[in-house]
Amino acid sequence: MDPLLKLDNVSSFIGPFHILQGVTLEVYPGEAVVILGRNGAGKTTTLRTIIGLVPASAGKIILDSVDLTAMPPYHTVRQGIGFVPEDYGIFDALTVEENLLIAMWQEDQDTVDRRDHVLELFTDLKESYKRLASTLSGGQRQMLSIARALVNDNKIILIDEPSKGLAPIIVEKVRDTLLTFKQEKTIVLVEQNFEMACAVGDRYYIIAEGQTVLDGTIKELMDDEELQRKHLGFVTA
Amino acid sequence: MHIFLMLLINGLAEGALIFLMAAGLSIILGLLGVVNFTHGVLFIWGGYVSIWIFSMTGSFPIAIIAAVAAGALMGLVFERLFIRPVYGNVTAQILITLGLGVVFTDMARLFWGPNPIPASRPEFMDGTWVIDAVIISQYRIFLIVVGILVAIGINYLVNRTKVGMVMRAGIQSPEMVQALGINIKVYFAGVFAGGAALAALGGALYVPLVGSVWSGMGINNQILAFIVIILGGMGSFYGSAVGSIIIGLTVAFVSWFYPPLTVYTTVLLLLLVLTLKPEGLFGMAVRN
Ligand SMILES: Nc1ncnc2c1ncn2[C@@H]1O[C@H](COP(=O)(O)OP(=O)(O)OP(=O)(O)O)[C@@H](O)[C@H]1O
Ligand SMILES: [Mg+2]
Repeated sequence: MDPLLKLDNVSSFIGPFHILQGVTLEVYPGEAVVILGRNGAGKTTTLRTIIGLVPASAGKIILDSVDLTAMPPYHTVRQGIGFVPEDYGIFDALTVEENLLIAMWQEDQDTVDRRDHVLELFTDLKESYKRLASTLSGGQRQMLSIARALVNDNKIILIDEPSKGLAPIIVEKVRDTLLTFKQEKTIVLVEQNFEMACAVGDRYYIIAEGQTVLDGTIKELMDDEELQRKHLGFVTA
Repeated sequence: MHIFLMLLINGLAEGALIFLMAAGLSIILGLLGVVNFTHGVLFIWGGYVSIWIFSMTGSFPIAIIAAVAAGALMGLVFERLFIRPVYGNVTAQILITLGLGVVFTDMARLFWGPNPIPASRPEFMDGTWVIDAVIISQYRIFLIVVGILVAIGINYLVNRTKVGMVMRAGIQSPEMVQALGINIKVYFAGVFAGGAALAALGGALYVPLVGSVWSGMGINNQILAFIVIILGGMGSFYGSAVGSIIIGLTVAFVSWFYPPLTVYTTVLLLLLVLTLKPEGLFGMAVRN
């Protein structure tokens, strides 16, 4: 089976800084891959480089045999990528409805149906549908951002630290949501919260100093405390 | 009382003209993050083109449409060739747009000569109404009506259309808009051209008010428009509407009673607002 998403020795710069220095990873259809690594390792930059928000300076990025490497972001996304950024990327001056609408570039009945289906899952959003997004809580923004990634018929969803800054009870809710749509979607999840990573992920990659240094199954990682300490700095109970 | 009414109408008419310039400038600053000094020269070109076309066709509406079209076209060319390479670089934007201003002002002199060209008001609006001994110029009322219509139009565009939705989102994060599959550069170009068209419209409508067109006429209104957007809050369309009315009225009243104070008063007003509310009357936190 061919990977759905493949990064081959990808490099990228932010300004003069060489941030990604060789990221190689493969994501197969239907799996949930977790990207782990310490603060500043380059996890967010990896997702942003896939989208094209940070241009790749070397290497190759292939999604479903389409070469994304030199595409502008609005074009890569239309190849079937949903992006849930670290800060949720919710537009305050738009209503909840508009925050979904703005992502619906296909403008067809299927997209409308998918949106209605997503709203059935996210009851909170349905209640605040006509309100300005500036009135939403952090948890609701996260949910809206995830919902927005699901209104298009995306092949893969990139999610950046969905548990960050949220109360534990909300984190549980986010996790349950991810587990629900994990059944149908391929996911790349950046996550520092080890429990979340283990609950959702099938396989992992560890990024250190802009390079993928290790990968394996989540099960292997859970069983190997030495590995966790060495690469992630976790002090697990 | 009748002086008050007259000054009120003069001030609102002046405000309408400033608004035509400020609305575009404000949205261009808020959405594109571009500090743009080409609006003054677009104003001048709007004036010249309208006079030129009016002299050939004798039709005021055609002259106005031609001025607006010329403004939009110049805006598109400016954005594509000169602004696009300097997105994100404010210093370069200031230098380039000031440079464009100088070059295109000289070009206007070259085409239409250095001397003011007299212009007349369209006949159907050259009249006055007299209400209670107050003389009201029909053309000023026309300007106020145009200002109101443009404000309604922009409000509709921003709040009721898909384009407006993208604009509101883009003011907060152009990057996230792109990450949702939208080519925001197209919107940038459209907004720049639209703002340019409004500035040219302002120039075309200003000329009949003052009676002639000359190559130095844009600068005053451009300065007032900048004061308006800082006063009203950068990137806020409501701010530029309200700010234009305030500045228009201030200019009208102060210049009637004591002209030398006009400039000082507007600047003082600006400082006062910035002291009390640094983000401007309707401003949101500006990006970066
Ligand atoms: N705009 C920027 N300018 C300069 N350096 C940057 C910029 N953005 C990120 N970096 C640097 O790039 C490196 C990778 O950042 P990135 O955000 O990808 O890390 P991360 O793994 O997502 O970290 P975190 O866990 O803190 O989210 C960091 O060292 C960071 O300092
Ligand atoms: Mg990060």
